[in-house]
Amino acid sequence: MKYAYFPGCSLHSTAKEYDLSARAVAEALSIELIEIPDWVCCGATPAHITMHLLSLALPVKNLILARKMDSYEVVTCCAACFSRLKIANKFMKEDLAHREKVERIVGEKYSGEVNIRHFLDVLVNVFGLKNISQRVTKKIAGLKAACYYGCLLTRPPEVAELDDLEEPHLIDDLMKIIGVEPLEWPYKTECCGASFSLTKTDIVLKLSGDILQMASDEGAQAIVVACPLCQSNLDLRQAMINKKYKKNFNMPIFYFTQLVGLALGIEPKKLGLEKHIVNPLPLLREKEILVKV
Amino acid sequence: MKWFISHDTIRSDFKKTIERDCGEKISHCYQCGKCSAGCPISYQMDYLPNQIMRMVQLGMEEQVLSSRTIWLCASCLTCTARCPREIDLAEIMDYLRRYGYKKQIIPAEETEIPLFNKIFLRNIELFGRLYEMGLIGMFNLLSGEFFKDTSLAPKMFLKQKIGIFPPRIKNLKEIREIFKKSGRLGRAKRDRLLHPRLIFLNLSRKLIGKIERFK
Repeated sequence: MKYAYFPGCSLHSTAKEYDLSARAVAEALSIELIEIPDWVCCGATPAHITMHLLSLALPVKNLILARKMDSYEVVTCCAACFSRLKIANKFMKEDLAHREKVERIVGEKYSGEVNIRHFLDVLVNVFGLKNISQRVTKKIAGLKAACYYGCLLTRPPEVAELDDLEEPHLIDDLMKIIGVEPLEWPYKTECCGASFSLTKTDIVLKLSGDILQMASDEGAQAIVVACPLCQSNLDLRQAMINKKYKKNFNMPIFYFTQLVGLALGIEPKKLGLEKHIVNPLPLLREKEILVKV
Repeated sequence: MKWFISHDTIRSDFKKTIERDCGEKISHCYQCGKCSAGCPISYQMDYLPNQIMRMVQLGMEEQVLSSRTIWLCASCLTCTARCPREIDLAEIMDYLRRYGYKKQIIPAEETEIPLFNKIFLRNIELFGRLYEMGLIGMFNLLSGEFFKDTSLAPKMFLKQKIGIFPPRIKNLKEIREIFKKSGRLGRAKRDRLLHPRLIFLNLSRKLIGKIERFK
């Protein structure tokens, strides 16, 4: 399997461990991820709030770059990039008026022939859960985790076409295969406040605090995510949440790729576990997932 | 809150313009309130999302554009996914923001978000990819909260989660061309009028807040 890989800005900075672990997992499963040369930012929320055409042109530019690599499948790990790329692609496929305008801006013809996949989709639906379970060398037993999907992985359903809208289950399925015990909890698709991390930090603290509270009430020992923005809001801001709401959360926030990587027997160093702000190593050692030093 | 709505307001083109430009049938909204029930940020809004829809139906352009609600929308798309009348509320919020921005009507209490967007886009135009240090530094400087999140910085550096130098790509010229062709609004240089005003509003609000706390 060979894919054009679009990491996105977050995976090159604040979510480096997601990039590292996704590449490590892909390598272990012999899925080839080739980074799109000179990819650009997808524009994220600021672009679609400010200028509609720009928010389509930037993702389309990336898709054209992918097409030049002769790759008609693009894989991304970031939920926000995934959403922006998919929305732009849908516009190019179906809306002729917009297609014409965007083609004029980008200076090239494009009519939505590239397919965009989330890495989660590749693992579960393309590679297959059965195949993964055959490769698992070390099951992660005894870890209760709340799988948190966030907004853009499933919404809007007619664009994302990935998972159930209100009750998504892809990460849960994947976690079951590697031995983690996924919890049934109601906040799977709540919003963490993503794009307000810098501008409206108070809102982020409240929303992310609610998510952490619900997860710990349900008895979760960790949260598993598939979006770099969710991770940074829950992990990086956890100390601030504790301070503001007088809580004692010490909840490690994993990327699903990190846990899959551990189960595949990849060295923890390659998965960037030490890059989290809330240190997950004590929990992993307690569960004997990592060897005690 | 009571409003006097004139005949001209109800007959104005506001709703029609929106329906034409974003292809969403706002007139279909029957005020069930499902959007507001699911909205994670409704607790901070001055009008609930369904109220905004009603105000648009009634043509109340001024009140809609000066409401905090449209800027506080986090684009989480919960409302869009759940609307029984299949109205894409998030897209309408986006449209209203773009419209207000173009007309330079921005509520004085919510200037951080457009300012942040501006700096973010400028950042992309300059470097092609996001340069976090530049974004955070610039935003803190221009929004008047110079030391916001500085306690997080050392940890981020140590864990190599944030780079000191901007990323480099080869095809910057093409990216700048995309920005240029996409329109005037994305470029900070082109509208000197709005940018300083946003900064001024922001700084003055922060200053007033500080003085009040001091009292």
